Amino acid sequence: MEHIRTPKVEQVRLLDRFSSKSTSGTLYLTATHLIFVESNPSSPSSAAQEIWVLHHHIASVEKLSLTTTGCPLVIQCRNFRVVHFVLQRERDCHDIYSSLLRLLRPVAYEELYAFSYNPKQNDQQREEGWQLIDLGAEYERMGVPCDQWQLTDVNRDFKVCETYPRDLYVPITANKPIIVGSSKFRSKGRFPVLTYFYQEKKAAVCRCSQPLSGFSARCLEDESMLQAISKANHNSRFVYVMDTRPKLNALANRAAGKGYENEDNYSNIRFQFVGIENIHVMRASLQKLLEVIGNRSLSMSDYLMGIEGCGWLRHVKAVVDAAIFLTKAVTVEGASVLVHCSDGWDRTAQVCSLGALLMDPYYRTIKGFMVLIEKDWISFGHKFADRCDQLDGDPKEVSPVFTQFLECVWQLTEQFPQAFEFSEWFLLQIHEHVHSCQYGNFLGNNQRQREELQLREKTHSLWAILMEEQQNYQNPFYSSAYGKTHPVLEPSTLPYHFKFWRNMYHQFDRSMHPRQSILKTIHTLKETSLKSAQTLRALENELQQLGVTPVVTSAPPPAPSPSPPPPTREQQQQQRSLTNANPAPPRPNSLILGAPQVSRKEAQQDEEKQQQQEREEEEEEEEVGEEATESTDTDRTVEGSSGTDSRKQSYGELEGSYEDGDEMTKEEPAVVSLEFGMARMTC
Amino acid sequence: MEFAELIKTPRVDGVVLHRPFMPTVEGTLCLTGHHLILSSRQDNTEELWLLHSNIDSIEKRFLGSLGTIIVKCKDLRMIQLDIPGMEECLNIGSSIEALSTLDSVSLMYPYFYRPMFEVIEDGWKSFLPEDAFKDLEAMTDEWRLSEVNRDFRVCTTYPPLVAVPRDVDDDTLRKAAGFRHGGRFPVLSYYHKKNGMVMMRSGQPLTGTNGRRCKEDERLINATLRPGKRGYVIDTRTISVAQQAKARGGGFETEANYPQWRRIHKAIERSNVLQDSLVKLVEACNDQSHSMDRWLSKLEASNWQTHVKEILTTACLAAQCIDREGASVLVHGTEGTDSTLQVTSLAQIILDPACRTIQGFQGLVEREWLQAGHPFGQRCSMSAYSNSKPRHEAPGFLLFLDCVWQVLRQFPCSFQFTEQLLVLLFEHAYASQFGTFLGNSAAERVRLSLPEKTVSLWSWVNRPQEIDHLSNPLYEPNSLVIWPSVAPQSLLLWEGVFLRWNRSPRCQEEAREETVHIIEHNKELQNKVNSLRRQLAQLETQEPPLQTP
Repeated sequence: MEHIRTPKVEQVRLLDRFSSKSTSGTLYLTATHLIFVESNPSSPSSAAQEIWVLHHHIASVEKLSLTTTGCPLVIQCRNFRVVHFVLQRERDCHDIYSSLLRLLRPVAYEELYAFSYNPKQNDQQREEGWQLIDLGAEYERMGVPCDQWQLTDVNRDFKVCETYPRDLYVPITANKPIIVGSSKFRSKGRFPVLTYFYQEKKAAVCRCSQPLSGFSARCLEDESMLQAISKANHNSRFVYVMDTRPKLNALANRAAGKGYENEDNYSNIRFQFVGIENIHVMRASLQKLLEVIGNRSLSMSDYLMGIEGCGWLRHVKAVVDAAIFLTKAVTVEGASVLVHCSDGWDRTAQVCSLGALLMDPYYRTIKGFMVLIEKDWISFGHKFADRCDQLDGDPKEVSPVFTQFLECVWQLTEQFPQAFEFSEWFLLQIHEHVHSCQYGNFLGNNQRQREELQLREKTHSLWAILMEEQQNYQNPFYSSAYGKTHPVLEPSTLPYHFKFWRNMYHQFDRSMHPRQSILKTIHTLKETSLKSAQTLRALENELQQLGVTPVVTSAPPPAPSPSPPPPTREQQQQQRSLTNANPAPPRPNSLILGAPQVSRKEAQQDEEKQQQQEREEEEEEEEVGEEATESTDTDRTVEGSSGTDSRKQSYGELEGSYEDGDEMTKEEPAVVSLEFGMARMTC
Repeated sequence: MEFAELIKTPRVDGVVLHRPFMPTVEGTLCLTGHHLILSSRQDNTEELWLLHSNIDSIEKRFLGSLGTIIVKCKDLRMIQLDIPGMEECLNIGSSIEALSTLDSVSLMYPYFYRPMFEVIEDGWKSFLPEDAFKDLEAMTDEWRLSEVNRDFRVCTTYPPLVAVPRDVDDDTLRKAAGFRHGGRFPVLSYYHKKNGMVMMRSGQPLTGTNGRRCKEDERLINATLRPGKRGYVIDTRTISVAQQAKARGGGFETEANYPQWRRIHKAIERSNVLQDSLVKLVEACNDQSHSMDRWLSKLEASNWQTHVKEILTTACLAAQCIDREGASVLVHGTEGTDSTLQVTSLAQIILDPACRTIQGFQGLVEREWLQAGHPFGQRCSMSAYSNSKPRHEAPGFLLFLDCVWQVLRQFPCSFQFTEQLLVLLFEHAYASQFGTFLGNSAAERVRLSLPEKTVSLWSWVNRPQEIDHLSNPLYEPNSLVIWPSVAPQSLLLWEGVFLRWNRSPRCQEEAREETVHIIEHNKELQNKVNSLRRQLAQLETQEPPLQTP
């Protein structure tokens, strides 16, 4: 609180990023959020627009030079939101600016939101939340331990490798001296361990960091380790060693006493570079991409050249290509594969987890995907704190490696619309919370650190919350049968299968989005079906209580206009749908994107404590929210547009160019109510 | 001429057919006057029937005595036929080449095709101008249907009936026609019911270098303005292109002579540039190299997406003038048969909910493309694979369909039809068993007796089973104007056409089925709830009389 000099600034203008539209309202600064509330909603029936920016989400704050209209403040967020405020007084602008600078990057973990955030769970619920994902059970699911692989306790106290988890799986022939010897020959002690076991062919996916081979050094224990991995798989005479780096990078590392495996020293290995660039290249690439797409009035040509120039899609494709190589080696050749990069926590995590996703339908479910992230990213020590810049740290350590992984998954969901249980919203929500520091899951850099921080005792788990809301994240086109007929996905990596992920990088730029969403519409339909099913049961009960046998007919009531009779195929589908009408619990009213409702309430309560504001209204709280544009009730909404929308769009020379400007720019009365430029009609 | 003369080898056995994402088929290849047929002569295997007119070009290769013909179709499909025997292969190849490039329209398949379905409604009569005018009459009496072009003398590319301002007589129209390119005097394209504003289209004014003017033309278009109001002329060409047109007798409306009109120039490319762009785009899509940079730079270099953006933007601008500025609009380019129609038809998609229905969209294509004189015969005689030098070919109609698809993607619940209808129109514009897209104008269609001698595509589309197949399950009528985003990030490559043969076709169909399933399930539950509610209500109304006898 001591950092907040000005908790409230009035008459602030919020500029739209891609048009000349602006909204005026009030800016509030709380301990956790920066909040903008629109003061005069465009039409009386629509709710005021609100924008909630979590301090942890802010990547940068910039004070632009003073203009005639005021003092501009530009805030860029890690979830790719960009907000541009204009404050009237420079003093206020400076206060907000300097408060934010202090607030956005805490120096101690304890200052992070997760330690104060409470989603209204009691201790028992929190405990259960943390137990939702059990990696021991996951290895059992894969069929490990087995006659070739065992659980080792060498790292029980994080003594052998402090960035690995306590429980590790190694070949049965790898004894303690081999493990310890091997770990000493690997960067950061990250020796080869099992991460995925492909039961069908008994082939293993193992991961580690680069060997400390320099120009000629070798280590017998490390060689034995690889030998042990090879021996554990009778299907193949050799082990693939995938170095996910470009060869040049690996060569350069040799000068620093690191490097890659020499095929002459290791019997039975096949060594392969796959050429994924390092964290610095990825950071610069995404930065460039964001610069390109942030351009107002971008031409098609500049856009396409920009996408090409930044290389982002090329990098995404490289990661997917590597995962496909891994998958083919394991599933087709039945060979075990050892994957590493430099430290084995960035590219290695990407390739191993994406490979497993291609190999195992379980990871394409909502629960399975959580397990996958927990295993390959959290437990194996992807440095979330450094990569996501959770604390004030080295900017060179920051890199969108995990974002890139989520994008790879998204690209696959586009190619296989039926294969994944979750929709894009799930990926976006995970991305949101990797940076929000609202839940304990992603805090810190490794398991050891997380235990020291007592996250399980002091914070809540995101997985439990996502599981509870899983209705929202379901992909309506998912077919569990697809996983049975296509246990291994074989994506095409022809370049045109990789698309720009607009809903990630323009998540908050509404003008860029399709005006109607198929996903949302189908979710609403499904929800209506659930409600109808409930009503149906209630009505049946009511009738039965009256002593009448309910006569259920599915024939439509006599309609004023005759409609063509439905064809038989649909009737069959109706029949089928009848038999497996399986009601699930109704989905909560909260919407997916942006701050979840719980956090909003929470933050509002915080705010209440600070400033006795009367602006809180229960109703508003339920429905409002920057992203909550559609009601989730049974009313169908028809979005079209009207005046404001066409104003928002810039189609060319028209605006202000006509001599009778005044007359021309006069707004017509809106025919329908407008909400953030979207017309809403209740049918 | 007999087709038999062109068919040197009517039949070859042991031909192997390769198609992407489909199993290979071995069978007998037959050539008929209009089709290339491959059949394995086994039950339950699909036969390939390919219209010769759908073949854009072929490529022959030989390996020993095994010949291979790669057939490249106008719908962008590529198939490979392995033909044993060099002579057979050469014969088949030259026959295909001859049969796919027949010059005479009257030898085309539509003249030979007999429908295998019952024609419920004759598509040739489904969208008559007089019927469309009745709808207009219901809204306003400011317009009349003129017969000035009854015998196609005033304008060879206009239909016999056109809507013009009520107060302008036919003589004025004749004089205005003399002042417009191709005699295309300004006619009504769209009447915006909401505010009574109109969109007109025409050819360029023939001002020439010495600034000719035509009082009748000025009177004609001024007659559409409300007192004290101004209108917009949207010229689809850049100012410099429009300036250059003066040297060839063309030009644009000058401020001096048209003081009540404000002119806006846009930059929609035409003919050869577009054809070149299509060729480059398709070439990029068929590039099987795995380089991301190469793909993106080829996509960019093709400029296709730039054209899409420019056309959409111009259409939005026209719609904005009408709906938001409350002004009337006149759209033209040079001839007024290409970019002009793209703009006027797309603007209607944006403004008019009726154009977003299956029937309405057909009506739009009929009105704004077929009757408005887009020369389909010339524009669609070659597609992206043709080896010949393009003369009048241009994918203007395909670009329009692409733009509609972009809007449809942004408003997936506001269109009664799915992408399938757009793809279908693309296919039939280039090669068809129906006569709808033959010829270049209404006059030509009369001369070729198309309505009498061929079947209309609309007769086939408007059957219940076909309508059902093309219906969008998520459709919810939306009476509003729909403003699409034209940001490059919002515009996508139309995979349904350009990558159609490079991807497995099943996923989409399954997703659609699932959607239909969810909707049907929802409806059914709703109906059941209603039936029980009715039952309850009946009980309640019946109960009192029972209790008080």
